[in-house]
Amino acid sequence: MKVRSHRAGKLLKGLWLALVLAFLYIPIIVMIALSFNASVSRAAWTGFTLDWYVKLFKSKQIMAALNVTITVAVIATVVSTVLGTLGAIGMHAMSTGMANLLINVSYLPMTTPDIVTGVSLMLMFIFVKVPLGKWTMIMAHIAFDTPYVLFSVMPKLRQMNPNLYEAALDLGCHPAKALYKVIIPEIMPGIVTGALLAFTMSLDDFVISYFTSNTDQNLAMIVYSAARRGVEPTMYALSTLMFIVVLGLLLIVNRRNGLEDIA
Amino acid sequence: MKRSWYAAPYGVWMVLFTVVPLLFVLYYAFTDQSGAFTVNNFVKIASPMYGLVLWDSLRLAFFCTLLCLLIGYPTAYFLASRDFSNAQTLVVLILVPMWMNFLLRTYAMMTLFENNGVINTLLESLGLERIQMIGTEGAVLVGMVYNFLPFMVLPVYTVLKKMDYSVIEAAEDLGASPIRVVSRVVLPMSIPGVVSGITMVFMPAVTTFAISRMLSSGMIYLVGDMIEDYFIAMNNRNVGSTISLVMLVLIILSIGLLRKVDPDNTGGGLW
Repeated sequence: MKVRSHRAGKLLKGLWLALVLAFLYIPIIVMIALSFNASVSRAAWTGFTLDWYVKLFKSKQIMAALNVTITVAVIATVVSTVLGTLGAIGMHAMSTGMANLLINVSYLPMTTPDIVTGVSLMLMFIFVKVPLGKWTMIMAHIAFDTPYVLFSVMPKLRQMNPNLYEAALDLGCHPAKALYKVIIPEIMPGIVTGALLAFTMSLDDFVISYFTSNTDQNLAMIVYSAARRGVEPTMYALSTLMFIVVLGLLLIVNRRNGLEDIA
Repeated sequence: MKRSWYAAPYGVWMVLFTVVPLLFVLYYAFTDQSGAFTVNNFVKIASPMYGLVLWDSLRLAFFCTLLCLLIGYPTAYFLASRDFSNAQTLVVLILVPMWMNFLLRTYAMMTLFENNGVINTLLESLGLERIQMIGTEGAVLVGMVYNFLPFMVLPVYTVLKKMDYSVIEAAEDLGASPIRVVSRVVLPMSIPGVVSGITMVFMPAVTTFAISRMLSSGMIYLVGDMIEDYFIAMNNRNVGSTISLVMLVLIILSIGLLRKVDPDNTGGGLW
């Protein structure tokens, strides 16, 4: 009796999970399917086509946005990886009080709602009369990317044997060289994970970019302005590609670090 | 050079690009267009019209959080139970949509909900009437739940997974019914995860702006939409800052209240 009720329970649980997964995936699957649909209408399937993808790559506006997205993500990732790694190394050597203060500042962009972060940066850039464009977007992206690098590197530093660095110094190694030769190789996995996370966050950002750039649009901003005009199949094609790229990047991060890190 | 100095560029950057901008919100909230000190912005947004928008945002965010909890808690509980050998894969499957840009997810929802969209076409082919979904609160609510559900599942799952399973077995051995096991053992132990899940759903839900605009074609107007309009369309950054400030304070207060439920902050949050 107990066994049978257990099996019925398992069946119900499985059904519940299947429904939740259906809710999460049906819209995505429909959208991917429609990106290959020959008809503009969402009402009927009229045959397979790659036209929307061709149109996507022929659109000057979308190609310009792709260029902005990648430029911003690359520059922001490089700068935030350097800043975040050095920041983590410095904080590791600091007194606890000072380090805690900096950690709290690092949590700030993660706990402030994106829209407030976006408008606050916009206000500052306008106040100091910097024109809102690609460069203001890059500065904003560095600000929200860097904590991801910091929090990926810090655990690796804590795992490191502190005597290694001391030993290098005792053996006459210059501190800068000891950093480069001893610390950096030890924490490399954390740096790479942090950089990948930063790159993904940067590619994926809409809200903060939207408020910090006027003249240059990234891909997410294109999706938003297209959505206000109504649904377009080229946007399905774009969405499908963006989804696949971000998914690919996360699988790489995940493979490196296990489940906790895609969180 | 002391090693702690390596953190200096990081510290300077973070202060310059996260702390200082927030001070600008404060400054703009208390000044008029000419830069003179004023509290008129606060007087202006104390009117019923603004109150109504805020009320709508809080109400929708509340129902969104409630629905996410009602759907997400059992999901996390089943995933953490020992019934599924492939639970790890299922967890990844539930988290993947979280990493899809929320605009794309909302765009997908639009496709389903439109007047000529997938759901209505399906209804028609079944010989049923079309339903107007875009522009209703229901559509916006479903869109929000769709976007934020994984943020509830993840922290609850993390806490439940860490839970000592023998405690549940002990309760069962001592004769507790399944409902009693959940209400007296599982639920109290999972409070930290629930608290961080609520925070992670409520905060983006109450500040959302694109979701409501896309799924209601502007018929449902939330605080986030209002901030967007003040900054982008109306170019009145002072009133926009005042609204942002009020919203930020409300959020900090509600997080503070929630923390009282979970003072040690042991929740399996993202960070």
